[in-house]
Amino acid sequence: MADLSSNFIGIKSPNPFWLASAPPTDKKYNVERAFEAGWGGVVWKTLGAEGPPIVNVNGPRYGAIWGADRRLLGLNNIELITDRPLEVNLQEIKEVKRKWKDRALVISLMVPCDEESWKDILKRIEDTEADGVELNFGCPHGMAERGMGSAVGQVPEYIEMVTRWVKQYSRMPCIVKLTPNITSILPPAIAAHRGGADAVSLINTVKSITNVDLDHFSPFPMIDGRGSHGGYCGPAVKPIALNMVAEIARYEETRGMPISGIGGVTTWRDAAEFMALGAGNVQVCTAAMTYGFKIVQEMISGLSQYLDEKQMAMSDLVGRAVPNFVEWQHLNLNYVTKAQIDQDLCISCGRCYAACEDTSHQAIAMSPDRVFTVMDDECVACNLCIDVCPVESCITMRELPKGTVDPRTGKVVGDYADWTTHPNNPMAQAAE
Amino acid sequence: MTHSPLTPGIVPGRLPAEAYARNFADHEPALDRHEARVAADRCYFCHDAPCITACPTSIDIPLFIRQIATGTPEAAATTIWTQNILGGICARVCPTETLCEEACVREAAEGKPVEIGRLQRFATDVAMAKGLHPFTRAARTGKRIAVVGAGPAGLACAHRLAMHGHDAVIFERRPKAGGLNEYGIASYKATGGFAQKEVDWLLQIGGIEIRTGVELGRDISLDQLTGDFDAVFLGIGLAGVNALRAAGEDLSGVRNAVDFIAELRQASDVSTLPIGRDVVVIGGGMTAVDAAVQSKLLGAENVTIVYRRGQEKMSASGYEQEHAAQAGVRIIHNAAPVRVLGNGSAEAVEFAYTAEGPNGLTLSSETFTLKADQVFKAIGQTLTGAPDTLPVAGGKLAGASAKVWVGGDCAAGGEDLTVTAVAEGRDAAEAMHIQLMAL
Repeated sequence: MADLSSNFIGIKSPNPFWLASAPPTDKKYNVERAFEAGWGGVVWKTLGAEGPPIVNVNGPRYGAIWGADRRLLGLNNIELITDRPLEVNLQEIKEVKRKWKDRALVISLMVPCDEESWKDILKRIEDTEADGVELNFGCPHGMAERGMGSAVGQVPEYIEMVTRWVKQYSRMPCIVKLTPNITSILPPAIAAHRGGADAVSLINTVKSITNVDLDHFSPFPMIDGRGSHGGYCGPAVKPIALNMVAEIARYEETRGMPISGIGGVTTWRDAAEFMALGAGNVQVCTAAMTYGFKIVQEMISGLSQYLDEKQMAMSDLVGRAVPNFVEWQHLNLNYVTKAQIDQDLCISCGRCYAACEDTSHQAIAMSPDRVFTVMDDECVACNLCIDVCPVESCITMRELPKGTVDPRTGKVVGDYADWTTHPNNPMAQAAE
Repeated sequence: MTHSPLTPGIVPGRLPAEAYARNFADHEPALDRHEARVAADRCYFCHDAPCITACPTSIDIPLFIRQIATGTPEAAATTIWTQNILGGICARVCPTETLCEEACVREAAEGKPVEIGRLQRFATDVAMAKGLHPFTRAARTGKRIAVVGAGPAGLACAHRLAMHGHDAVIFERRPKAGGLNEYGIASYKATGGFAQKEVDWLLQIGGIEIRTGVELGRDISLDQLTGDFDAVFLGIGLAGVNALRAAGEDLSGVRNAVDFIAELRQASDVSTLPIGRDVVVIGGGMTAVDAAVQSKLLGAENVTIVYRRGQEKMSASGYEQEHAAQAGVRIIHNAAPVRVLGNGSAEAVEFAYTAEGPNGLTLSSETFTLKADQVFKAIGQTLTGAPDTLPVAGGKLAGASAKVWVGGDCAAGGEDLTVTAVAEGRDAAEAMHIQLMAL
């Protein structure tokens, strides 16, 4: 059984699976249930400044995208930060941390963008004995309109400024939570780094409308005939999150900065993928909201089995795929593959044919008795046939060995060569 | 309840009242909206899909399933009806396991095809419940066509003719329209008077008149029809029944399975129907299975189907055979009746084992006897009442001739299935339309 114990910026937890700051971590009752189920840590739902608590809508807070059997693929929410009094939250955090010393407990914070407000809240939480703080610069709805959440996260200068205040007024490790609602994730990440953040966590939710009520002509979730944009999360956002995590992991200035990966982590495999692209741990919300806290048990057993099978330590996994995440220009143009269809596995549905014939390169032949074969002289190896084939491993890619002729181009497959040296690249000449 | 399954002889009321309701309820309940969506999601939307090819009416199955999956079963029903106006009954009675579902690539992949039949029923049920009839008549052409037989072939033909603006008059010998949909299939496959509802729904198009109680050869002649109408379609089915050609066939208690099935379908209270304690059904097709299963459901203690050839030759589908076995019906293969034993009424049937050789089927000297107070003959229907002037091949009408088209079970070609009859009726209407309008 692999050792899953985690040390993330000095915060220890028995496993790398934390619950993200969100409805599941809003109060002691839920958090204790999560710890009982086996979660390694939680980021407590975002606390705001002292004063009258935030209010939430009293209609639906969530919108959703489903698969056919109502499998939840994406969730969108318009819930704000905690709507419970600050004092109650602080008291509960203290109680929980005292009782669950081996678990990570990080407090998420969001207060107005001025020094006094941050100084004040940091002082208020000092006494809780929490392990760290996470700065919520990500929430795209409700609070952003009040100059907080993603309104801060979208301005790198603010990120850097607030992060500095936090490091100045608090001894706690500081994680900066980034919003994906920007053009590039790098400037915010760099800003956090420059401000002295110990880590970044990402992604927060994606600004979104999940669907529209076609009878009442309102976005969902619908509140009295109207809707507002929400924050999108769940399996659907994972690809966006993976890319952003990996960009930070490979970029020169941010390379090596600890990353807490967030965004659609639903199974151990998702977690492992985030870690391979540079995340030191992961945070989960939607999967827990969909299935309950028990899912962490599958994540623990799955990651453990995987590491055992690979004979890897968890630290070997973190960042292992980062060197292989390159820019397009560094992809080998002399890597030539051809699709091939296993006729024994083929069920003759013809989806590969329709996809290739209608939308790609007309590289699959169909016989009158529904036998489908790839024409190597047309196949550009785009992979679409594999992606649409309903049978796993029925269509695979076969690599043409070096020295053979690609029947499509008539060219001999040569040694590694990428765009940077390609004759069609005007810049290639200049580089030489 | 005055009787039980153990009561000797042919008697009604063998079961408690609630058992009848249960036994003759919908045999495969309808999918609800969510079940339909989940079932629809399994369809791969194949290119040039094999299920379409396997459907005698060539329904665009992937399209209608996608329409269900996207929440528009009404559009799905339109897709179905465009090819098969009796898509509702076909969804219930088609041997889908030997047609579309056998061809489904998921049958090949995992032995579990998309539930095409049940999805078709879902779509047509939803649309019919909404009163949707998505077809209108073209401008009237003034052409009048006589359709003989209000079965699936005749109805499909008349509807397509009406769509093209022609007027159709259907002549039906029985009191009700529907043909075998109404008289010839097991009750639990078309509950709630579905066959009549579907006829009424079909007639909404207008331009179709049905005259029941009129029989070709008795009340009208083909000459009359060809004289009075611009064209004639014969969809007269197979009204005759093959004889057993075994001694004792005349004993009381021996009857045609089709008559039993029709009587059952028309009964308002099935508990009043008499049934034997020991029932023997002779034959190997759907009719045999329908008669046997319903005998069991009426409370017969022992029901046995005896078929003269091997299991692989039975025309009842594997699914039907399994259904019979589950209902408690015993199926004996490779045995043929030698004689029905009894004194005035049937008491038993003596069978000889058979063997298939180069010279056909031969009876072995080894015999066995089954107790039987009731014997149903289900050994095939024959063409009767067809005008002598029409060419016949292999016991069936051999195709169209001047002004006269044929289709359905009475016509050569295709299997004797409702769906085949619909296709033939529809296609005959299209051919008539082209000829009548000189297109």
